[in-house]
Amino acid sequence: MAEATFLDSNELLVNMGPQHPATHGVLRVKLRLDGERVLGSECVIGYLHRGVEKIAENRTYAQFAPYTDRMDYVAAVTNGMGYCEAVEKLLGVELPPRAQWTRMILAELQRIASHLLWLGTHALDLGAMTPVFYTFREREEILNIFESYCGARLTTHAFRIGGLQYDLYDEFETDVRKFCDYFPGKIDEYEQLLTTNRIWMERTQGVGVLSAEDAIALGVTGPVLRGSGMHWDIRKAQPYEAYDKVEFDVPTGEHGDTYDRYLVRIQEMRQSVRIIRQCLERLEPGPIFGKVGKIIKPPAGIEVYHSIEGPKGELGYFVVSDGTVNPYRVRIRPPSFLNLQALDKMVRGHLVADVVAIIGTIDIVLGEVDR
Amino acid sequence: MTDEPKSPPNGGTSDKPVQRAAPAGPVTSPQKPAATSPPKPTPKPIVKPEPWASPLLEALQERFPGAISDALIFRGQAFFTVQKERLIQVAEFLKSEGGGSYCLLTDETVVDYPKREKRFEIIYQLYSFERNDRLRMKVLAGEAETVPSVTAVWPAANWLEREIYDMFGVVFEGHPELKRILLPEDWTGHPLRKDYDILRQDPEWVRANLKIESGQ
Amino acid sequence: MAATQEVARFLSDHSLVEATLKIVVVFAVLSGLVAYLVYLERKVLAFMQARLGPMRVGPWGILQPIADGLKLLLKEDLVPAGADRTVFLLAPVISVVAAFSVFAAIPYGPGGWTITNPNVGILLILGLSSLGIYGIILGGWSSNSHYPLIGSFRSAAQLVSYEVAAGLAIVSVLLIANSLSLVAIVQRQQQMGAWNVFLNPVAFVIYLIAGVAETNRNPFDLPEAESELTGGFHTEYSGFRFALYFMAEYTNMVLIASLAVVLFLGGWLRPFESVRWLSLLKYAPAAALVGAAVFVLWLGLKSRVRAERIFFAALAMGCVLLAAVVAMPAVLEAIQGVFWFTVKVMAILYAFIWYRATFPRYRFDQLMTVGWQRLIPLALSSLIVTAIMLVWTGQRLAPLLVANVLGGALTVLILSARQDSGRFRTIEGATR
Repeated sequence: MAEATFLDSNELLVNMGPQHPATHGVLRVKLRLDGERVLGSECVIGYLHRGVEKIAENRTYAQFAPYTDRMDYVAAVTNGMGYCEAVEKLLGVELPPRAQWTRMILAELQRIASHLLWLGTHALDLGAMTPVFYTFREREEILNIFESYCGARLTTHAFRIGGLQYDLYDEFETDVRKFCDYFPGKIDEYEQLLTTNRIWMERTQGVGVLSAEDAIALGVTGPVLRGSGMHWDIRKAQPYEAYDKVEFDVPTGEHGDTYDRYLVRIQEMRQSVRIIRQCLERLEPGPIFGKVGKIIKPPAGIEVYHSIEGPKGELGYFVVSDGTVNPYRVRIRPPSFLNLQALDKMVRGHLVADVVAIIGTIDIVLGEVDR
Repeated sequence: MTDEPKSPPNGGTSDKPVQRAAPAGPVTSPQKPAATSPPKPTPKPIVKPEPWASPLLEALQERFPGAISDALIFRGQAFFTVQKERLIQVAEFLKSEGGGSYCLLTDETVVDYPKREKRFEIIYQLYSFERNDRLRMKVLAGEAETVPSVTAVWPAANWLEREIYDMFGVVFEGHPELKRILLPEDWTGHPLRKDYDILRQDPEWVRANLKIESGQ
Repeated sequence: MAATQEVARFLSDHSLVEATLKIVVVFAVLSGLVAYLVYLERKVLAFMQARLGPMRVGPWGILQPIADGLKLLLKEDLVPAGADRTVFLLAPVISVVAAFSVFAAIPYGPGGWTITNPNVGILLILGLSSLGIYGIILGGWSSNSHYPLIGSFRSAAQLVSYEVAAGLAIVSVLLIANSLSLVAIVQRQQQMGAWNVFLNPVAFVIYLIAGVAETNRNPFDLPEAESELTGGFHTEYSGFRFALYFMAEYTNMVLIASLAVVLFLGGWLRPFESVRWLSLLKYAPAAALVGAAVFVLWLGLKSRVRAERIFFAALAMGCVLLAAVVAMPAVLEAIQGVFWFTVKVMAILYAFIWYRATFPRYRFDQLMTVGWQRLIPLALSSLIVTAIMLVWTGQRLAPLLVANVLGGALTVLILSARQDSGRFRTIEGATR
């Protein structure tokens, strides 16, 4: 990546988005170009801002839970789980095991679904149009399981503060087992199309390199951080639910480029299947609700920060109580927002085509960036 | 994170009358500092933050005498308040190896207590990979006061501080590019302040840009 | 009877009339082919991607191209503010005229199955098809918008680069054929009893790759990479002008495939003409029609809609009847050439569609690297090897083939030793 300028030509200002097929929503990136080389970039966000945090202050604890689904709308289950856990921590509630295992199963399924969506669209951004149809086919299976469980496919509101709203339906275990049995073979299919594909390798290797130090400095978490070689997964480091009772590996990359992040996410899907299998083994009949009052009213003046490993990174909730039925403040720490901050660092010196690859590899959801 | 005693408190049995008008802040409420309430001998559900004691806190207090106050712990999460003037030094210390290398700024946000003398409580969520530990640092700021920016220490604070400026109107000194991030640049008002009603909007802006009378 | 004679005499007296008729026929067939190529592409892609493709308009969506054409015709023809109006309106016409006019020189079959046979046919075709790029460049430039501008930059650079590789690959064919006339090139292959692809497979591969690049198709579809440049050079176009670009692109696909067939795959020649017992292949047109009838019948049996069943049954009947007509010796002889030509062209078009389903897109600098640092050296080496072997051993199949394959392999080895990007990696945590 030489720094040569293009015959001292004028800088070209290109406005990418907010309506652009590869910005994954309403992201707007102002690019300063020299020919096709990127000299700098600036993200303009907020097109999807709905004031979720303000809404939280005007709803009761339970009422706010469905709103969390609308942030990272491709991983609604994980969003709801993070919020419910934060409030449970505030209250000091402990969940019965069945609720925990169920939550983990659904959360891992959601992680797979989110990664599948990412894989398909990322490949589409790089011009490979077939994987998206395959990944959506498998994602559909997961959404069907969600639908059978709680009636909704996308914004599920699957969990309630203190446990689950519904017990599992009868064929749940069979459905999930069936999925776990056939899904790894499908991952192999995606890998056949992409992992060793020469063009894919050339398009992703050495593109958007982010060192671990830079990633940490910029607050980047999740698969992007792990792709840079940082062995850090909140499920391992500070386990929530019952993640300390299951075995799984944390895949890490080495080079911190787009290809490594791709490999990390592919491996994470395999690990998620592994976790789901173990959860299914331990799923036993039992209560699904902890001891939570009908009206959730935590004592005044307490606050709790709770974060989970969302599909995109650390998803944190900071909840402050003032003793009423409404939270005094709910701060959501969105992984996409902070990961997107690293975009400028990653795109400088690359070509326009790489900008698309890098936006894809960060895996942002604008609903979460803008809240 | 999981080592705190867990007991199910009943949400309804808060032992204090709820004061809606002045929400009791956990740390800075001068009338009843949470730290002074003596822990009861019977294992009652933990509903109050307790004083926090740790080598790190001692080191902090030794290094910055008088700068650290209200060091508490609740549900295994430690937090303390820093004097605004010493913020950068404390931040640098915490990031350094001697201070526990809290090199990841997970989050930075504000809680607004309009009734207090210093209404904004700026909150820094820190994480240390080495110690696998989280820490919460707070800084208090009044309505018209500026706060030193920590972007030099943790570059991640860049967008986070812009968001705070956008949502609360807290001005950060030394921030490279302090402007609105989520709302339009020419919006008036800071929506996450407690005195900004949920139905309120900037009618001028709505009329000029959306060509409609009301955004509701 | 007298009238027919009259017509025949009139035609022989006025060669222009005959040419005009041919042009009209070719144009009509080509337009239909292009429209249905789009349909075919959508269906084949759908088949590869676990979905159905167009299904709504007509049974199995077979009227979709007509509906698309009508829709595009009726759409508003927008000219963006600040665009250079004249150029903007003219640019797609340049593209489409260049794309269509090339087909005048393509031999579809032996004898009269060609509009014209200029003795510099290949030069004419290369020259005309290169004119099409002006349509793209002017269209992108006159749109007064950034994305089309970048798209047309890319297009210009890409076409110039790959034209060189394709040209060099063609030159080695010309050396073998000793002629610039396309008809002569095919006849030469007939005389030798071997298609050029077996004499110089390296050149064929190069030509095919460069051809994909010249038609702006995946994995070289950078000028219109929708994830990067929204629509590329035609972002600002709408309605029928957009349709013209679209037609030009698919016509170019057909052109590249036709040229590949003429230059390398023996044009209208039937495979295995020299093998006696394979002369059964002569009946392939009829067999193909019967096969089509069976397929259509199967579709009809699967359908639950009564009207569709009737339609498919009628279609199958039509196919069988046509097969009977085709099986008549005179007819069979007459359409033999054009049938094989079409089959080969379709095979190559299918391969183009297949690429699109399989490959990600190259980045611009990588595209240039592939063009200049890999394809052009390879084409040059193939050209030199061919020339040397022609002088040394004459036009004999075995030495030419061996020398070309060896030369190509050696060049690839040398080239790949210098470039080592793109290595397969794997990471920890794999538990399958």
